[in-house]
Amino acid sequence: MADITLRVNGSEKKVSVPPETPLLWVLRDTLELTGTKFGCGAGLCGACTVHVDGNAIRSCTTPVSQVAGKSVATIEGLGANGLHALQQAWIAEEVPQCGYCQTGQIMSAAALLAKTPNPTDDQITQAMNGNLCRCGTYERIRKAVHRAAGNGGAR
Amino acid sequence: MSPLSRREFVGAGIAAGTGLVIGFYLPHGGGSRKESFSPNAYLRITPDNKVTIVVARSEMGQGVRTALPMILAEELEADWKLIEIEQAGASTLFGDQTTGGSASIRTTWDPMRKAGAIAREMMISAAALTWGVPRSACTAENGHIKHAAANRSLSYGELVSKAATLPIPSDVPLKQSKDYKIVGQRLARVDSLAKVTGQAGFGIDLRIPGMKYAVLSRSPVIGGKVSNFDDKESKKISGVSYVGKVGDSAVAVVADSVWGAMEGRRVLNVTWDEGANKDLNTAAVMASLKQAASKKGLNLYSAGEPAKVSGRHISAEYSLPFMAHAPMEPGNCTAHFQGTKCELWAPTQVPQDCRDSVATAIGLDPDQVKVNVTLMGGGFGRRLEHDYAVEAALVSKAMNGPVKVIWTREDDMRSSTYRPASLHQLSATLDGSGLPVGLTHRIVAPSISGQKGQPLPNGVDPDLPDEAGPVYGISNYLIEYIQAETRVPLGWMRSVYALQAAFALECFIDELAVAAGKDPLKYRLELLAKDQDLSYFTTTWHTTRMRGVLQLAAEKAGWDKPLPAGRFRGVACFGCFASYMAEVVEISMEKDQPRVHRVVAVVDCGQVVNPSILEQQIQGGIVYGLANALRAKITIEKGRVVQGNFDDYPPLRMDETPGVEVYAVPSAEAPTGIGEPSVPPIAPALCNAIYAATKKRIRALPILS
Repeated sequence: MADITLRVNGSEKKVSVPPETPLLWVLRDTLELTGTKFGCGAGLCGACTVHVDGNAIRSCTTPVSQVAGKSVATIEGLGANGLHALQQAWIAEEVPQCGYCQTGQIMSAAALLAKTPNPTDDQITQAMNGNLCRCGTYERIRKAVHRAAGNGGAR
Repeated sequence: MSPLSRREFVGAGIAAGTGLVIGFYLPHGGGSRKESFSPNAYLRITPDNKVTIVVARSEMGQGVRTALPMILAEELEADWKLIEIEQAGASTLFGDQTTGGSASIRTTWDPMRKAGAIAREMMISAAALTWGVPRSACTAENGHIKHAAANRSLSYGELVSKAATLPIPSDVPLKQSKDYKIVGQRLARVDSLAKVTGQAGFGIDLRIPGMKYAVLSRSPVIGGKVSNFDDKESKKISGVSYVGKVGDSAVAVVADSVWGAMEGRRVLNVTWDEGANKDLNTAAVMASLKQAASKKGLNLYSAGEPAKVSGRHISAEYSLPFMAHAPMEPGNCTAHFQGTKCELWAPTQVPQDCRDSVATAIGLDPDQVKVNVTLMGGGFGRRLEHDYAVEAALVSKAMNGPVKVIWTREDDMRSSTYRPASLHQLSATLDGSGLPVGLTHRIVAPSISGQKGQPLPNGVDPDLPDEAGPVYGISNYLIEYIQAETRVPLGWMRSVYALQAAFALECFIDELAVAAGKDPLKYRLELLAKDQDLSYFTTTWHTTRMRGVLQLAAEKAGWDKPLPAGRFRGVACFGCFASYMAEVVEISMEKDQPRVHRVVAVVDCGQVVNPSILEQQIQGGIVYGLANALRAKITIEKGRVVQGNFDDYPPLRMDETPGVEVYAVPSAEAPTGIGEPSVPPIAPALCNAIYAATKKRIRALPILS
């Protein structure tokens, strides 16, 4: 067990967990932020994507000890003042089917737009290729990223 | 957050789903009937003008929570903005609640329409009585009854107490499709907001007070059993509170966090009795299919006598491997056993099976088991099983407290049920013009229902009537089914046998077209030129409708227009779940591998309920089907499933996903299936395009094996 402090969605959180616990389970079980999903446990599907200091990472393979003192953003913290442009675009394009992977998809897209406000198709593919969707929503995801970019999606 | 997702999140203490429905379902004459109007279990209107529609199928992404209420709301003449959705759990009020077989809309179209129409007619009667005018002077519109002559109207909410006193009519008029205002519209799905904000309540997200987490160590060998286990190391892991056997073939590790349970399992020492399957492997299964092929089968479809016609003979054999569903949300279920009752929260396609099997497993009556249905992170048939629910109930009973069982990805990949491997023997006799005067398709596959011990009416696996019918009006045409056996656990995977049948048939038709020296699309149109009704079990397949989707696909794909250098096309069509589908694929070859650039998909599924959801289902089915075609393969070695995660069982990613253009043939026929029909044609269309590019025939899936 270790006491670890991290910033999650702008608030300081102290957790007492084994230090090797993946950030995913600390978010879901300890902090009850279940918008971040478990899909593969091996960094292969992207359902667990969150931001650490602004970078999209896979929380299922990131020990919580590695993010001590760092800033973690989850889907629950995105667009804290109303919906983020990406969330609006996801709704407008009717992206989600089952919806399970979509929070991870949106976090990957948010990291992309923060650095590349007007991505090309290739840049979108590159940024989103680590996020699996078994419902096959990729085409609408691409449209939604373009739509959000057009609406100042870096916000 | 919608009321629905809120209820799922606080589901712990509040009766969700079934309880509420039954509670509000008041047989006529019920004491509190003036407080709500509920002429049937699907609908409740309250004086505050809230219209609650109950969805008795499970939402796994296919849009039932939006599409089914649209059907009822249409007949009700409801104000769609005032609709609230409620998910039913396992119930006795709705018949079979299984969500599968592309059947949700097909089977609830009539009941939902009637439920809405009954309420609408009763609202009209209530208003007519209130105003003392004839019913014929009143019309229903947008959640109100209007009396145009006096320029007055009453909302449904205002009419609740009056309507609730009226007799429920049994025979009500239904609307004509030309008058539809809701059905056929691209209405936004009701669940998008919750799904993009992380608030949607999937099974894995559910939390109830005092709940612990369990992961199970299951036999690595199919059908193996626990000999003994040593939990000394597991119990040293922080938070592990219980380790115990679950049935004969698993050991559960329970902890106060998922990670604790996983760590506890990692160090658990189980000795397995590997049993009869320790030498099972896929090569032997495929060999056994080949052996079974020598047997005489059952005729699924028979016209004329293909064996007796003469001409040029062509034959080919095709095979498909076992495949895994791999939905994004791994298996899970939460259970709370409390002595004489047990409550479950299950992401399931079969709430009633969960209820009944759990009752048997823990020694309760079915009515002592309550099953709440959560959202599902994909289903694809994996959640037509209910192993996760039985496990959760057994663990909850054993540790005497609420628990959530979670499967890892590897658990799901290796302890699943699989699309059966199959072998297909096709033969045809061509006449002088190159058209088949005889065609035989022998399907050799183990039966999913047969393996599960379910009834096989007249010896036929009950899925085959929806999934392996004739496409073409060939005068001597035999479809024969040879039931093979396997010890590999079988399950229904999106489009089930249709994927197998379509791959073999539609690749073979392409081979015939090439042998005849004809364009593969025009060849198919020639085979469909005559209007014929092909009767197959309870479905009648119309060549006219198949020709319709094929023609529209050709037109939209620009089949007659030349392609840029390096681009090639393939086409396939198939009918299943009573819908007709044609797909044209456009590819290039890069380093001997196909790259799919564009797919044109045309469906005739009767009346379209929501075009946006239809497009989702077709695009999604094609992406799913492309992964099946290109890479999906489960292999067994030494009784163990080899594949474990998305690295060795890789789904399609964005970089491989083509643009998919979706078209539906306008139709006012009753709606037919849409969740699965887009899957089967994509593999043969792709293989046919690869042939066009390389002159190489692919007769075994996956393509990239």
